[in-house]
Amino acid sequence: MTTLRFAVNVLPKDGILDPQGRAVEQSLGLLDVQGVSAVRVGRRIELTVEAPDELAARAIVERLAGDLFSNPLIEQASVEALGASSAAVGTAGAR
Amino acid sequence: MTVRIGVVVFPGSNRDIDAVNALEVAGAEPVRLWHEQASLDGVAAVVLPGGFAYGDYLRAGVIARFSPVMRGVTAFAADGGLVLGICNGFQVLAEARLVPGVLMRNRGLRFVAREIAILPERLDSPFTRSIDARRPLRMPVAHGEGCWYADETTADAVERDGQVLFRYARDDGSVAGGEEDRANPNGSLRAIAGVSNVAGNVAGLMPHPETAVEVVLGSDDGLGIIRSLVDSARERVAGHAPVEVGVR
Repeated sequence: MTTLRFAVNVLPKDGILDPQGRAVEQSLGLLDVQGVSAVRVGRRIELTVEAPDELAARAIVERLAGDLFSNPLIEQASVEALGASSAAVGTAGAR
Repeated sequence: MTVRIGVVVFPGSNRDIDAVNALEVAGAEPVRLWHEQASLDGVAAVVLPGGFAYGDYLRAGVIARFSPVMRGVTAFAADGGLVLGICNGFQVLAEARLVPGVLMRNRGLRFVAREIAILPERLDSPFTRSIDARRPLRMPVAHGEGCWYADETTADAVERDGQVLFRYARDDGSVAGGEEDRANPNGSLRAIAGVSNVAGNVAGLMPHPETAVEVVLGSDDGLGIIRSLVDSARERVAGHAPVEVGVR
């Protein structure tokens, strides 16, 4: 078994209205900031997965990314491998 | 004949009491269904009430979607059973893909809690059949994620297939405009406040008909919707039940 850490980054799909991003953008004037545009607000979920190998671990994360962490109708999710988990102490060779 | 109608209770549901009351006012026998049970106890219809199921963590309705009771509700719906989702219940149905579209963060970003009006699009659905007339119905909304959205293709299909049940409306009975129109409290696409699935037996809406069933509560305009559900459920039971009579 291998224990790996992943991150799932979820953002509103391109072309989908992002009210939070718009609100953040509108606030920039209050900070006297210029030249910033196309702000998108999403969320990031980090998780540790134990599976037979990296491929299997990634498959679990991909499934969660589409079924639970994001709504594919309005959001896009990307999976990022963060390497061996710090929780993997004792599982030698996890990387 | 009293008809038993289930009210699902998730951790975080808070309008289940109102749904129970509304069903009693409409002459049904409400039965609470706990989220951990997959069995629906033989009810004739199901209401998913408002609230903040599982704290609305991640996205409103998404965690509730995977609860045991939703397995039962999904099977029940597939068999033609009547399911009505109100507010958070609508969000759960949308996340479960049992009704079309998504409930996004309100376009104005504010949580809206006030009385609005909705216009029933049609009076021949299981959820609108007992409404007295096609007129604006006044009832409260209370939500932060109620902006109904779908891509153009889906929205066109929903309109074409008669799945739009309610639209936000102005006092004069005209359909509300976009987010700049106060009559559209959350900026919903095409002012859509409630939709059904293609088969027409599963429906959701953001406003709260169950808290507008007695004049003393400010309005009884919601009663027609609850009564529609009860009447439809009663008919469904009558159509199915006699088979067992006298079998033993």
